[in-house]
Amino acid sequence: MTEPQEAEVVSRERAALVRAVTPWQRIKGVIVYCLRTPMLVAGVLLLLALFAIGWVGPLFVDTGLADPTSAPPDLPPSRDYPLGTDDQGRNLLAVAVVGLPLTLRVGLIAGAVALGIGTLLGILAGYLGGVVDAIIRGLADILLTVPTLVVLVTIAASIKQVISVEIMALVVASLAWMWPTRTIRSQVLTLRERAYIQVAKMSGRRTSGVVFFELLPNLLPYIAASFVTSTAAAILASVGLEALGLGPQNEPTLGMTIYWAIRFDALIRGLWWWWLMPIVLIVALFIALFLTSAGLDAIANPRVYRGRNKRRRTSQPPAGATL
Amino acid sequence: MADIYGSDEPGPRNGGDAMRRVLARIGLFFLVVWGAATLNFFLPRIAPGDPVRQRLFRMTVQGGYTQQGVEEMVAAYQEQFGLDQPLWLQYLRYLGDVAQLDFGYSLTLFPTKALDIIMVALPWTIGLLTVTTLLSFLLGTLFGALLAWRKSPRGLNILAGPLLALSAIPYYMLGLVLVYVFGVILKWFPLSGGYASGTLPSLNLDFLLDVVWHSILPGASIVLATLGFWALGMRGMMVTTEGEDYMVFAEMRGLPDRTIFTSYGVRNAILPQFTSLALSLGHIVSGALLVEVIFTYPGVGSLLFTAIQESDYFVIYGIVFMVVLSIALATLMVDLVYPLLDPRIRVGGQS
Repeated sequence: MTEPQEAEVVSRERAALVRAVTPWQRIKGVIVYCLRTPMLVAGVLLLLALFAIGWVGPLFVDTGLADPTSAPPDLPPSRDYPLGTDDQGRNLLAVAVVGLPLTLRVGLIAGAVALGIGTLLGILAGYLGGVVDAIIRGLADILLTVPTLVVLVTIAASIKQVISVEIMALVVASLAWMWPTRTIRSQVLTLRERAYIQVAKMSGRRTSGVVFFELLPNLLPYIAASFVTSTAAAILASVGLEALGLGPQNEPTLGMTIYWAIRFDALIRGLWWWWLMPIVLIVALFIALFLTSAGLDAIANPRVYRGRNKRRRTSQPPAGATL
Repeated sequence: MADIYGSDEPGPRNGGDAMRRVLARIGLFFLVVWGAATLNFFLPRIAPGDPVRQRLFRMTVQGGYTQQGVEEMVAAYQEQFGLDQPLWLQYLRYLGDVAQLDFGYSLTLFPTKALDIIMVALPWTIGLLTVTTLLSFLLGTLFGALLAWRKSPRGLNILAGPLLALSAIPYYMLGLVLVYVFGVILKWFPLSGGYASGTLPSLNLDFLLDVVWHSILPGASIVLATLGFWALGMRGMMVTTEGEDYMVFAEMRGLPDRTIFTSYGVRNAILPQFTSLALSLGHIVSGALLVEVIFTYPGVGSLLFTAIQESDYFVIYGIVFMVVLSIALATLMVDLVYPLLDPRIRVGGQS
């Protein structure tokens, strides 16, 4: 007598559970879940604040002042020039407002391109397998052993005369797609065997349909986490190249500002405000990206998160190595 | 990279198979080095306006030969640099030269070979980076192990946050701050250079002390910025090790804490750290290019910086090739030696 009743109760509870998840509740659940990782919240807030400098700044500061000889040179911070001026007469506050978005643009373009290539190759390798997989994986593995930043130096030095923000981004992206490829590939490998993919395949869906409607949506958390990581790596690479003098020569990006400061001995001459502005902004940017990616990672792979360091470490050199 | 060496396919591992994998790994090494050399050869040639030719041309113009026979001068230079031959012949000749580490002449210090200039700078960089990498490894690993150790003082965890933050920023940024605070304001340490100006490099105690004195600030910025990486890695491994039964058993046997910590904990957790160390040692040539620039330390980084400014392409390509070569060598050695250290990889493969 009691058995069917219990089963009924269980099935009713289950039905209630299924019914309970409305889209709004799902979004709310995601928000609550995100709030449980304070790192992500802090990182995103800091990122938004940095983006805001680029959006809101031009309303208050004349961006034309970021050009050379628009102010008296070498002035320390004062009421008229809150962040001082540099050797060539740029208003450093205007440089910050113009330069930060440029640096972010390099990072975002490079990150997006690298991620696009990585996602495409990762899905191809993971989903098709066989020879395609062997070639893509082999290529990525070989390129991972190469010190990318030093190779980027060769490329950038060869096209130094024609380099612009966009070309810079493409140069950086050309050697930044390997980690996304590996991450996405390994995820595709596990997703490929899931029942819903198999069902979709057996129901006669075309490969493109399976990839776009079944595979890709489930890859989104990993793609988001990869995007932040590859953007951070791209910014690191581009700022490093620029500080070596290999950036867009006429654009006041943060890296180029550091380069000019080093070039004109700002350190020894005691012009601390010249290099402090780009450094503070870049450090804030890296911390924001680090917190965001750590938070996203915790959401994307809650189970493997604890063991993550162990797995990654054998192949990835320390952050910022080679520069 | 380990993927290639320890192949995924399960199967009997006999001697021939291991031999095949070793040969494949060595083949990969040559592939990487050849790729780098080829890139160095073709990049300037496909780049808009062939920068090397432009640079040579500009040099002849600057040399005051503008009035007469510019064409002949360029032709002479082209012959000297082998630029007048068909591309494939240039390429073969180039590969032959690179195999002997001959990168051609420096364009700014013409009769000097690029390799000679690089060889002067190389010991400085290798010295600085070897010491700082080892120091950072030791301190970081110890700190990471203590972070995971249950019986460490609580205050230790406060340090973890700042270290994490430091490892997230590029280390030349830290260098700029350090040089300003300790060099410009406090004047405790020299601002720049690898040794006091006016002295000549020689092998006596005074000079060596001077070198160490000049290396403290650049060294400190590298150590501080990489410490977090080692600490995090070690903490991760140590946490797993702490949960093992043999740790509980060791404690129940009443072994002293120090013994449990070093012989049971650290000893079992440290193996992956050694892999990372070997890989980082491969980076000692390129390790901290910009730190050197900031401190005008007479190493490869400063050389690269000036070479880029003066468009001294043969020096740039030479440095890049040397860096790729050293890192490829280091990963090759790690991949060949690691299976001897860790039998699990030899038997089980990577999957």
